[in-house]
Amino acid sequence: MPAPGASWGRYPRAKQQIIPLHWRDAPLPEATGTLLAYGNGRSYGDSCLNDGGTLLHTRGLNRLIDFDPATGILRCEAGVLFSEILAFAVPRGWFLPVVPGTRYITVGGAIANDVHGKNHHRAGTFGEHVSCFELLRSDGSRTVCSRAVNTDLFRATIGGLGLTGVITWAEFALKRVPGAQMATETLRFHGLPEFFQLSAQSEADHEYTVAWIDCSGSGRSFGRGLFIRANHGTSSGTIAPPRRLRMPFTPPLSLVNRSTLRAFNAAYFHGSRQGHAVVHYEPYFFPLDAIADWNRMYGPRGFLQYQCVVAPANAESAVAGLLQRIAASGTGSFLAVLKVFSDRPAAGILSFARAGTTLALDFPNRGAPTLALLEQLDDIVVAAGGAVYPAKDARLKGARFRRYFPQWEQILPHVDPRFSSGFWRRVRET
Amino acid sequence: MRKVLIIGATSAIAEAAARIFAARGDALFLVARNAEHLRAVVADLNLRGAARADSATLDVTDFAAHEAVIEKAERDLGGIEIALIAHGTLSDQAQCEQSVDVMRREFDVNALSTLALLTALANRMEARRTGTLAVISSVAGDRGRQSNYVYGAAKAAVSTFLGGLRQRLAKSGVTVLTIKPGFVDTPMTAAIANKGALWAQPDRVAAGIVQAIDRRRNIVYLPWFWRWIMLGIRHIPEPLFKRLKL
Repeated sequence: MPAPGASWGRYPRAKQQIIPLHWRDAPLPEATGTLLAYGNGRSYGDSCLNDGGTLLHTRGLNRLIDFDPATGILRCEAGVLFSEILAFAVPRGWFLPVVPGTRYITVGGAIANDVHGKNHHRAGTFGEHVSCFELLRSDGSRTVCSRAVNTDLFRATIGGLGLTGVITWAEFALKRVPGAQMATETLRFHGLPEFFQLSAQSEADHEYTVAWIDCSGSGRSFGRGLFIRANHGTSSGTIAPPRRLRMPFTPPLSLVNRSTLRAFNAAYFHGSRQGHAVVHYEPYFFPLDAIADWNRMYGPRGFLQYQCVVAPANAESAVAGLLQRIAASGTGSFLAVLKVFSDRPAAGILSFARAGTTLALDFPNRGAPTLALLEQLDDIVVAAGGAVYPAKDARLKGARFRRYFPQWEQILPHVDPRFSSGFWRRVRET
Repeated sequence: MRKVLIIGATSAIAEAAARIFAARGDALFLVARNAEHLRAVVADLNLRGAARADSATLDVTDFAAHEAVIEKAERDLGGIEIALIAHGTLSDQAQCEQSVDVMRREFDVNALSTLALLTALANRMEARRTGTLAVISSVAGDRGRQSNYVYGAAKAAVSTFLGGLRQRLAKSGVTVLTIKPGFVDTPMTAAIANKGALWAQPDRVAAGIVQAIDRRRNIVYLPWFWRWIMLGIRHIPEPLFKRLKL
């Protein structure tokens, strides 16, 4: 577990006062400087950091408040982890409506970043499933927000990056599942046209679709990858989750470099079993959670994740452009992820997920060359009418942010004057 | 299903232990000072699978109120099988040095209230010839140190009392468990800024407590390495010890 006060990419570093919250009825603590809620630190960059200010650590707000076994509506405190909800819900025949690639996020963080998952084409973002929450603000007010009351604050807080106050509790609907099993199917594809074809064909019959793509591929292997589609299993039979491993220390240098990257990606492409399988939901949804502290793999300088979405009209050429640029750089990550989003309306003002295709991958932090590469990727994304995901970002400049989120000013009246973050100051001041 | 009374149930360690009991389907009776917090914890435990979770508020320094609360727990649970006593405050040593009233109050909370509750519970369990008394003492009770000897002395009283009680109740088949946590990252210790490698999370300590109860252990240090740290600290000769900063 990361020490509170760091982000998952371990870049940038920040120094801030950390005050744990334990009771949802307690007032905000006395603190110096600006405030920001901090859940489990799985945001990659500085959207969860507040250098020079105070982090309100919400993991102590981790109680369930109410659950209706007839409707699946769960109300819980904002520091409850998705892993804890799944441990509670799956044995009772329920599942979270939307899960991202890690289950170690808090409910508050899921709302603040309006997270999405492999079922975006069916279910949209997590925010769509939230019926209401309570917001505690620096003036001491407590506001219950929903689609019926305080709707503007509701939409500003979903995807609002924690800037509107502290979410103390939230209510959302779980969905029925037979059990912990997932029925998956893995298919190799040999280029982006094939990926888009598979994606379009799979959406009708598969609740979940995602692709792993080889970001180091060039020539004949360019755009190759594995398309994985799945539904919840139809059997309630038991299935064991795999054991968790741990990255026991931080190596002095990143283990991800040009040669390990090519070797791993080739092995993964050729070595992965194709066809149908029944697996536990953990390895299907959260493959990286199997290795605790995997972020240490990138060494002491940490890494940057880049996740963007590009508009449907230009998706294929833009993704090709991004992959060519990344392959030429010789950097990138073992697992680059590609997914087609649907055109559902966004749940929040600053929600990231929108119609188009999203690409996500990590880059070991090599300083200036890495930042320059990401700027070049931004050029492609801007031209393709896209956006970069603030939850993953550590370096976006204000001008780009405003291009990506042209409606950003709508959130301003709802930002709590005492609240701020590293991300927010960066995009406001640059 | 076991019938568990927890006193100080809104403390982080006790709440984490209660969740383990609840997940097993045990019946719980929770006692704490703050009714609002207690309500939040009870609702959570009921959802997590407790056979039942009831509660009563109590300020442990209100000694006259102890009997009624224990009687209510006995009634609601249908006989207490396990009692976990987990309440406490981290005394402000500097204030304790300046004020006899503060020092006495810390002793009331951390020592005398516990001994009073144990007296009432022990007699019931002894008469029934069954039960487990699990009490959170502290490594601080193993040797007086200048940084927190009022808290340490209170915990030493608890540990010594438990040693004698264990011997007495062994004949009746009642288990007495002395729990000695080291540094635990909880609201009680929130004011301590620099938490190093020796600090443990309440979940881990709670898991150790439940395991020790299951195994009917006598004394448990949590995490385990504190047994050896405290062995070392207890054996530092006094002439050297009094010159140390510890």
